[in-house]
Amino acid sequence: MLDFQFFIEVLVGGLLSGLMYSLVALGFVLIYKASGVFNFAQGAMVFFAVLSFVGFMELGLPFWGALPVTVVLMVIVGMATERFVLRPLVNQNENTLLMATIGLAFVIEGVAQMVWGVDVRRLDLGIKDEPISWLADKTGVFVSQLDITAGVVAGVMVAALGLLFSRTKVGRGLRAVADDPAAALSIGIPLKHIWMLVWAAAGVVALVAGMLWGARSGVQFALVLLALKALPVLIIGGFTSVPGVIVAGLIVGGSEKLAEVYIGPSFGGGIEGWFPYMLAVLFLLIRPEGLFGEKIIRRV
Amino acid sequence: MFYREAGQFRTTYAQDTQLLPLREDRVGMAFMLIIAFGVIPFVASDYWLSALLIPWLILALVALGQNILMGYAGQLSLGAAGFMAVGAFACYNLILRVDGIPFVVAIALSGVCSALVGIVFGLPSLRIRGLYLAVATLASQFFIVWALDKFGWFKNYDVAGVITAQQIVIFGHTFATPQEKYWVVLVIVAALTWAAKNMARGSIGRGWMAVRDMDVAAEVTGLPLMRTKLQAFAISSFYCGVGGALFAFAYLQTVEPSAFTIELSFRILFMVIIGGLGTILGSFLGAGFILLTPIFLNILFHAIFGKAVDATITSALEQVIFGVMIIAFLIFEPHGLARMWQQTKERLRLWPFPH
Amino acid sequence: MLIDAILRRALPGIVAASALIGVAAAPSTAMAQVAEQYFGVPSSRVGPYAAMGTGYYGGIIDYLNYVNMKEGGVNGVKLTYEECETEYNAARTVECYQRLLQKGDQKMVVFDVLGTPGAYAVIGRMAADNVVLAQYGYGRTDAADGRVWPWVFGAHSNYWSQIAVQLNFMAQKEGGIDKMKGKTVVHLHIDTAFGREPLPAMRLIAKEWGINLVEIAVPAPGLEQQSQWLQIRQLKPDWITFWGAGSGMNSTAITTAARVGFPREKIIYVTFGGAEEDMIPAGDAAKGTFVTANAVPGKTFGLIADIEKVVYGVGKGNLGNPQRLGTVYYNRGVSAAVMWVEGMRNAQKIHNKVGKPVTGPEFRDGYEAINMTPERLKELGIDGIVPPFKLSCLNHEGAGKFKIMQWDGAKFQIVSTDWVAPPDPAFIRKLIEDSAAKYAAENNITPRTCS
Repeated sequence: MLDFQFFIEVLVGGLLSGLMYSLVALGFVLIYKASGVFNFAQGAMVFFAVLSFVGFMELGLPFWGALPVTVVLMVIVGMATERFVLRPLVNQNENTLLMATIGLAFVIEGVAQMVWGVDVRRLDLGIKDEPISWLADKTGVFVSQLDITAGVVAGVMVAALGLLFSRTKVGRGLRAVADDPAAALSIGIPLKHIWMLVWAAAGVVALVAGMLWGARSGVQFALVLLALKALPVLIIGGFTSVPGVIVAGLIVGGSEKLAEVYIGPSFGGGIEGWFPYMLAVLFLLIRPEGLFGEKIIRRV
Repeated sequence: MFYREAGQFRTTYAQDTQLLPLREDRVGMAFMLIIAFGVIPFVASDYWLSALLIPWLILALVALGQNILMGYAGQLSLGAAGFMAVGAFACYNLILRVDGIPFVVAIALSGVCSALVGIVFGLPSLRIRGLYLAVATLASQFFIVWALDKFGWFKNYDVAGVITAQQIVIFGHTFATPQEKYWVVLVIVAALTWAAKNMARGSIGRGWMAVRDMDVAAEVTGLPLMRTKLQAFAISSFYCGVGGALFAFAYLQTVEPSAFTIELSFRILFMVIIGGLGTILGSFLGAGFILLTPIFLNILFHAIFGKAVDATITSALEQVIFGVMIIAFLIFEPHGLARMWQQTKERLRLWPFPH
Repeated sequence: MLIDAILRRALPGIVAASALIGVAAAPSTAMAQVAEQYFGVPSSRVGPYAAMGTGYYGGIIDYLNYVNMKEGGVNGVKLTYEECETEYNAARTVECYQRLLQKGDQKMVVFDVLGTPGAYAVIGRMAADNVVLAQYGYGRTDAADGRVWPWVFGAHSNYWSQIAVQLNFMAQKEGGIDKMKGKTVVHLHIDTAFGREPLPAMRLIAKEWGINLVEIAVPAPGLEQQSQWLQIRQLKPDWITFWGAGSGMNSTAITTAARVGFPREKIIYVTFGGAEEDMIPAGDAAKGTFVTANAVPGKTFGLIADIEKVVYGVGKGNLGNPQRLGTVYYNRGVSAAVMWVEGMRNAQKIHNKVGKPVTGPEFRDGYEAINMTPERLKELGIDGIVPPFKLSCLNHEGAGKFKIMQWDGAKFQIVSTDWVAPPDPAFIRKLIEDSAAKYAAENNITPRTCS
């Protein structure tokens, strides 16, 4: 029997989880959009960012002190990546770039564990991850403050990045670079600065995603595996679309929870690991460039 | 000086189409095979055989499969470990359920099973390209491992879920020692490498390369796109399946889904790229590099720092160095180790008078 | 660019050189010194299971050093060790096993890989190589039958005993086994062999007691468990047994339980999922969670306090963060090493080799002769950390006993003062023997006779 209230609850829970995936996926999109690089190191950056943030707090910095320090650190990481990894690899094909970012992920993970150790840490943002009681009483749907915060943060970030891309000079430059780096360079768009900026922005996005995930699951190595959760979101949304990430996140989150709860038990469960990927393949068969991706036109 | 082709003329068609047209290459290859078959098994320690050489050969075979798909046919795939798992489990079930099946037949059939699965998961490639395809192939990776783990039949309803692989028995003889296993692996790998080399330089390989370079153009010129792509998926999966079966039977000696994780898929991808896309030699060099570097770094660091430095830090440092090496390789030699060997060969040819 | 050009030229040279260095550094055949006993330490210090690996192997290494520093070794035989990084990965474990197997002219005598995947990967090699596989409460459960598995030990307590103890604990809380009838228990587990290991015993007990058992799997890495916990909320189970791996999964389970409002006082964690590292990241939400312990945490035990003084006092400790002394994984590691050393001591005694290093078969005999009486535990300084137990030819498990502890938000409080055994140990034993007999039949092993 379909219990409708339970169905709603699963759906809501799934949609909220989906927004958490979107947060991670956003960093991928930023970099792909600007430099055509599928940055597999994004998961490692999430881990490194929030680990450093907690690390600085352990060293005695207050919350609002550690935050800017970490942001600066992530900007430096982004700039260094651009300078030492991507610039030498300019004009290489996308396989090579993908490999380079996986190599980068090894480096970042290694450095993070070397500098901050392998202890598991706790991050308390002061946001409760317990069901909001009046909502639970009234509707029977369990939603926590952290869920809502994550949703709001994801929405704000998407809006901000959307504005950045469409309304500012930098954003126009970004879009030009994404279209054709050589042409953009020739009309005087400072390519290097734009790339540095994007990598820095991706670092900040990673920090935000890391803080919300860290608050929920603890600050630890497993955060790097979040990248695997973000991939189906990315392909469904399209690699180049910021709003697509949110929509796809909702689709993935909602459908995987429903599938796990309603279909999973007949197969012994645990189908969440592959379900989003299968869903993504289905989407791709209908639209090979993702829901919001730019149409790929192929010419001979 | 050592490597000169001057004075070697091809006078027959047979000579023109032979695998190694140069005498130096033939001598070199014969020499290497003699060493590989006749010398190494007797001088290498058990550690070298069972922990380094056997997995190296097996992973080279898998990398070769990945290279067929990625380097020759241009289809980016991240599912190699999944197909390995199919091979491993197929081999286990064949030996278990078919009485008296010869090991070599079981291995070949597990490759076929894997190829069939590969065709199914290769279907999306007809419509999806590039990175999108890569992520789509991840679906196969996750689904296969999940299914093998979930349905008890594959594991013969073993409670533990980790199965002990059966003995390798060929013509009534049990291949148990590292030497014997090494020979089994070496023969299979050598045969399949020879086959791959011939496929790659023949019409099949040319079809793949045409698809890789521009699939629309290939189709326009009359190449059946669907057949070529699926053929590449099938053959690639066959190699992965055989490799997976050997990995389980000759190396791990257990059959379990969690040995074939996405990380292994990534490593295989590395092997192909570091080794050199679209080269047979590169698969071997790349597999050696990716498999052995972390091990040597680990040994090296323990030898240098001993117990003076926190092992946690050295373990993390190994990771960093490994990552830096990969990036450095991609920057300085994006065409991989195989190209480096080519250049060395060029230099040898001119040595000692480079001008 | 010039640098590029230079590097591009030099790259083959660099590769060749590093390969050479690697070859040179590979296990050398240098002669081992007399009166040294070599141990192999297959540690896992990076990756998702790093918190577990650093604590456990830190404890092992600290104890080996402690024995050297405090007593000058075991009857004068210095203990040495080599480490190898397994990354908690079956393939790397096999490589590490082969690498550690031989050092100089000594062979490794005991292998303890702290993980079910790794243990299964090497379990078939033990008899041929004459190495003891010590599985401290993990790995292959039916190895407790020493007739089929002469070289494999599950000291001192395995998963089947553990699940029985957990169910028994629930029965106590509910007021008796007869009260368990009709109760719903969810076994929430990671979707791997480790997660399913207790099920054979659990299903049978559930059937006997009339428990409604529901199995729910969490795919690794388990950072997202919303759907599993929503199912749980729908089921409204009375108790949950949780078999998770990696602190990411373990702490997420708690926080998600909090989000769906499931009381943590109704969750019992497995030994390998319930350590400080798994509780702390969950914050206040973890308060009340139960954990079964096969090694009790705490710094006040004689041996742990002495290690802190002797080893850490002179700055020779292995833990990066000395704060972790006395944590669950650390104390478990120390206890594991105590068993190694005790096995070696016994081996010297049995085979008349006091003051000399022992070989694999001798070590095996010594390990099998471990008899941890309460007095012996007191002498060793680990009374209270592990229960008294005795291994024998037949019984490779030993105690089969656990303590239940509860997280109070800052540390673990012991709930059961005594070590708890399964309500019907003979029942578990029979399961083990049946399973081992099945394995022996399938793999053409003739069990040895014990008498």
